[in-house]
Amino acid sequence: MARRSKEERKRQIMDEALRLFSKEGFFEVTIADIAKSLHMSVGNLYNYFSSKEALAKELILYISKLLGNEIRKINLQPISAKEKIKKIVQFYFYTAKERPELIEYFLRIYLSHREVFKEGCEGMICVSPFVTEIMIFFEEGVRSGELRDQDFFSAFGLFMGYLGGMVFLMGEGMLPNDIEYYIEDISQNIYLALKNG
Amino acid sequence: MDRVFWLQGITCNGNSHSFVNLSTLPALLKNIEFIYHPLLESLSFSKALEQNFDILIVEGGIKRDWQRGGVEFEKLFLELASKAKRIIAVGSCAVYGGIFKEYDKEICGVLFAKEEKSHYFEKFKDKTINIPGCPAHPEWIAYALIYQKPHLDDYFRPKELFAYTVHAGCTRNEYFEWKVDAKSFGLKEGCLFYEQGCQAPYTHGSCNKILWNEVASKTRVGTPCFGCTEPDFIQRDLFQTKTFMSIPAKMPLGVPKRAYLTLTGVAKSFRIERLSKRLIDD
Repeated sequence: MARRSKEERKRQIMDEALRLFSKEGFFEVTIADIAKSLHMSVGNLYNYFSSKEALAKELILYISKLLGNEIRKINLQPISAKEKIKKIVQFYFYTAKERPELIEYFLRIYLSHREVFKEGCEGMICVSPFVTEIMIFFEEGVRSGELRDQDFFSAFGLFMGYLGGMVFLMGEGMLPNDIEYYIEDISQNIYLALKNG
Repeated sequence: MDRVFWLQGITCNGNSHSFVNLSTLPALLKNIEFIYHPLLESLSFSKALEQNFDILIVEGGIKRDWQRGGVEFEKLFLELASKAKRIIAVGSCAVYGGIFKEYDKEICGVLFAKEEKSHYFEKFKDKTINIPGCPAHPEWIAYALIYQKPHLDDYFRPKELFAYTVHAGCTRNEYFEWKVDAKSFGLKEGCLFYEQGCQAPYTHGSCNKILWNEVASKTRVGTPCFGCTEPDFIQRDLFQTKTFMSIPAKMPLGVPKRAYLTLTGVAKSFRIERLSKRLIDD
């Protein structure tokens, strides 16, 4: 088998860490647990991440870039803001279903344990790739006249708070239907709340 | 010694007045001669018309079938412009039509009508230099009088003066870097770009490099730049920044929106204590 590149190995560690955090809980899982699960020595794992905090920060950047890249693809499509809303909702719920560890990390670890991220992830720094694309989505929607002009955070909170809330309910096993069942109605609700006039 | 004819079209006279503020005017007048200027000592208008001259300065907009002092102004302009070796359009009205064009769409500048070429473009493009501004800075006018063949940009503005943005040299740049807004105009602290309508980051000009009255500029004293050197001048709501969902509608010149938003997000994540205080608070 070909030797993995350092980047590939790093990504493998991040994927495994996410899986374990999601299954066992962030504070229960140690660097040693992650190394063991990957059949690596602890010392070797420290070559990639100097501490659990460093790994935690890299993970949020990794997730933010991944989500940001997908929303960027949606932003670049020549479609209306209404259609973009549906595509963003679809993508977000699909990710939550297929790779729940990504969204869970964002909601349950990053947003709930800001003390872990206090140095190096101030403000929007570690979620900038994701937030930037959401900003561009809103800016273009207002510029074209399709969405109502307002403060960014009142719109951002409505959109992301709503999606995050639904994924949280899904994670708690409280949704009577599959999350994809809600795509149509939720997209419609968000559009109606944000549209101009 | 170059002989200069200063012709006024549809104008408020602001550029004539601006020019007499030139601190080196006595020295300049040893090297050029005004055969006609509305404020400086020169020949009477009718006598000046009989003279030969080298440079025609046009101040103010031009309109067909518009009369001044019983004379059809366009005819006068065409006659003098054809005779001149060089033309300097001074002020945004002579360059693009300016503020009067907002009132009458027929008004245009020597080479441009806002972003479009005027009817005179082809005829005079090879001998015209544009010095926009509302008013034009006296040193920019002097520069155009002295330098015969400066490098020009797409709007025929000398690059030496207009390749910069007004943002370059602004004493508030530290606040721009860290995205600290000024909460009202007239303050020493804060950047005027986010809330106060400042157009300096995308306006060509050297107002913060060649200071006004040799001491200040609008942004230095706390008033937003109104973008007066650009063809889309004048816009409305000058003391407010147009935003779409809190994001400035116009980006700093040449900066892609994604790059700007990424950098802004990072800068806004930190609070710089020194920049959040009054500079002088005792």
